[in-house]
Amino acid sequence: MALLTLDDATVRFGGPSRNAHAALDRVGLEVAEHEIVCVLGPSGSGKSTLLRVVAGLQGLDGGRVFLDGRDQAGVPAHRRGVGLMFQDHQLFPQRDVGANVAFGLRMHGAARSEQQGSVRELLELVGLPGAERRAVASLSGGEQQRVALARALAPRPRLLMLDEPLGQLDRSLRERLVVELRELFGELGTTVLAVTHDQGEAFALADRVVVMRDGRIAQSGTPLDVWRYPADEFVARFLGFDNVVDATVAGEAADTPWGKVPVPAGSPQGRAKILVRPAGVRLVPPADAQLTCTVTTRTFRGTHVAVHLQATEAPRLEAACALRDAPEPGEEVGVAFDAAEIVVLDGASPA
Amino acid sequence: MTLPAVFFALFFAYPVVAIVARGLKTGGHWQFGRITDVLGQSDIRHVLWFTTWQAFASTALTLLIALPGAYVFARFDFRGKQVLRAVVTVPFVLPTVVVGTAFLALVGRGGLLDQLWGVRLDTTVWAILLAHVFFNYAVVVRTVGGLWSQLDPRQEEAARMLGASRWTAWRTVTLPALGPAVAAAALMVFLFTFTSFGVVQILGGPTFSTLEVEIYRQTAQIFDLSTAAVLTIVQFAAVGVILAVHAWSVRRRESALRLVDAAHTARRPRGAGQWALLGGVVATVAVLILLPLGVLIQRSFQGPDGFGFAYYKALTSSDSGAFLVPPIQAIGNSLQYALAATAIAVVIGGLAAAALTRRSGRLVRGFDALLMLPLGVSAVTVGFGFLITLDKPPLDLRGTWILVPLAQALVGVPFVVRTMLPVLRAVDGRLREAAAVLGASPLRAWREVDLPMVRRALLIAAGFAFAVSLGEFGATVFIARPDNPTLPVAVARLLGRAGDLNYGQAMALSTILMVVCAVSLLLLERIRTDRTTGEF
Repeated sequence: MALLTLDDATVRFGGPSRNAHAALDRVGLEVAEHEIVCVLGPSGSGKSTLLRVVAGLQGLDGGRVFLDGRDQAGVPAHRRGVGLMFQDHQLFPQRDVGANVAFGLRMHGAARSEQQGSVRELLELVGLPGAERRAVASLSGGEQQRVALARALAPRPRLLMLDEPLGQLDRSLRERLVVELRELFGELGTTVLAVTHDQGEAFALADRVVVMRDGRIAQSGTPLDVWRYPADEFVARFLGFDNVVDATVAGEAADTPWGKVPVPAGSPQGRAKILVRPAGVRLVPPADAQLTCTVTTRTFRGTHVAVHLQATEAPRLEAACALRDAPEPGEEVGVAFDAAEIVVLDGASPA
Repeated sequence: MTLPAVFFALFFAYPVVAIVARGLKTGGHWQFGRITDVLGQSDIRHVLWFTTWQAFASTALTLLIALPGAYVFARFDFRGKQVLRAVVTVPFVLPTVVVGTAFLALVGRGGLLDQLWGVRLDTTVWAILLAHVFFNYAVVVRTVGGLWSQLDPRQEEAARMLGASRWTAWRTVTLPALGPAVAAAALMVFLFTFTSFGVVQILGGPTFSTLEVEIYRQTAQIFDLSTAAVLTIVQFAAVGVILAVHAWSVRRRESALRLVDAAHTARRPRGAGQWALLGGVVATVAVLILLPLGVLIQRSFQGPDGFGFAYYKALTSSDSGAFLVPPIQAIGNSLQYALAATAIAVVIGGLAAAALTRRSGRLVRGFDALLMLPLGVSAVTVGFGFLITLDKPPLDLRGTWILVPLAQALVGVPFVVRTMLPVLRAVDGRLREAAAVLGASPLRAWREVDLPMVRRALLIAAGFAFAVSLGEFGATVFIARPDNPTLPVAVARLLGRAGDLNYGQAMALSTILMVVCAVSLLLLERIRTDRTTGEF
């Protein structure tokens, strides 16, 4: 049985009036034990509300929340046995590091000696051994993050929820911590429900990614699945893909503003949106190509160069090329498409 | 810093020291033995005891009644919140004399409760305690509620996620954060009630007397200057201790708290419990604050021949015998004095606040505390001190009108400083640097950056100083000349005489004074933003 089940969970803000908007709109979600699920979505998509609903900090306007198969209606936040790591940590400024970590143990009536032992272990676990007496204000962002994690883990919640766990940290620290977190959760067997707007973070951390949009779940799957087969234009654009156009698919080819484009065998037929991944846009000599474009900009991306191409009377096209082969802005290039990097998206066209 | 320091030395320290010296020095020798003599008298001990316990009781009662109000203002969003906030604050700027009169009309002889149920509280201590709560409700709501609204509600949520119940979360997370603010508010309330004069003078009758009232009695009625001097010293010492504790608690309050924008922490009440709490607070405000003021207004219109403007008309004639001039002239006098006092207070207080912002260190902190002293030192002593020190060259001010505004400004300055200081300190130096980099000279940068940010606070400070000056009673009662009374002085004099006409005129004059104060406060509320205000 799933550890966490959301059944048609609905939350409306702005009261019962006409201008109420649904922060959660009939959301169904399951999280299995030991699973790490990451909810990914832009700000305002309802992902934080989702966590607050599970935590019991936000009441439901419809639907139900089950933990271990038990309906949580009427169960107050402090009796749900879930942990929540807040976006900005919310460490208690009047208490030192040790007292922050021990807080949850104290609430659960642990003996003092037991508290001290646990705190020491947890601080070692998160890489801050011996920090018990330090003041919260003296901690760096990364250290606060670690203390917040230790504090959330201390009462051994059956489900640990993370709200933008690494949001405020700088990039290199974030990349290091996300690896540490995944290792740690794997070792401890923690069940995790995290929300983030950063796809890199979600893909690196999660067993399963859930993409949210306007209070609904747009797609759910393994990071690889979501990356390779975005369900619709919204998900594709949210993941950073801009080469999305209307097309008519017939057999293994599609009619697009860029001309005929090959699509993988077995794609759905008829009118649809298609996504051309930048890696599927190959640059060839103009003479050999059905489509010629002018290079407008060139952006160095570390592992590759993103080249923006302007075709006559067709949308812009982004291509990824190797550092060596990147053309200069202003150059004329020919374009060929690679069927393996093209996805026919679900027909439903988002605004 | 020089001008404020000179101002305080000349118009505060010198008169107070002089009058104490006058009382304790006979034949060129200090008579410190008088201190133990006076403190040994049983009636004086009784006054001391009453002053202290009524201050404690008033403070406890105020906290008890006002803390739920602070919570409601901090955490709930509801229609009419701004109006309610303004209503709650009105009493704080009302003259003590008006408050005394209003409660007299409610619980005194022939008052509303007397008429309805034959209940009179003016012979009991309850009238005084309730009037003190009435006065200081806003102090607690503003000081505690202001901080409370800036505490991040997610701190409590974090505690709840770790297994704390709603109550435990409040007790372990919010209460410690609020503690210093509660302590500071309690100390302010204690200070105001410990030195209470107008309220006790009117409601206390012959039975109840605070130190301040006793000082007045000894000075103005019994002419026992040495007893008054001893009492002044006692009060001075007590106030010094209170202010020291206050300064200490303010410093603790500045400890690292997570503060957020107050605009995001309030939300609509949910559930029967929260609505009941809101209803309870509104009911408390209605009974405690609106009712006395309503009764006051009603009484002022209820003349011998039914409802009408009889008492107001009587104010324009001078043949009532209480004054040499028609009482109505007191309005003009009061406004002129208060305007002059406001100007002085803003200049002195503004300079002091600016000096306190620029510098730091022990000396400055001492100066900071010193500025608060006039709030607690016997105004009666200051007033009498003015009379005996500023009467000879080179400072012969007794014949001039400036004497009254000077005394009133003394009480206004602490409010100006308290209002300006946080705002001045909050101006980010980098904004000035940004202006400089964009080509603004230092003076220009001050005008373009500092002034717009401070202007609001300056207006608010001026408003407070105006209201406080308008209501000042203790010092003014000594130095206002009989032919130039201020409103509070006129009210007190009318109340001091027998007869329905005098009583009714006192009600009418109090109503006018209340309206002037309330209007100036409501104007303030319009320019006030929650973010940029000081302690009051």
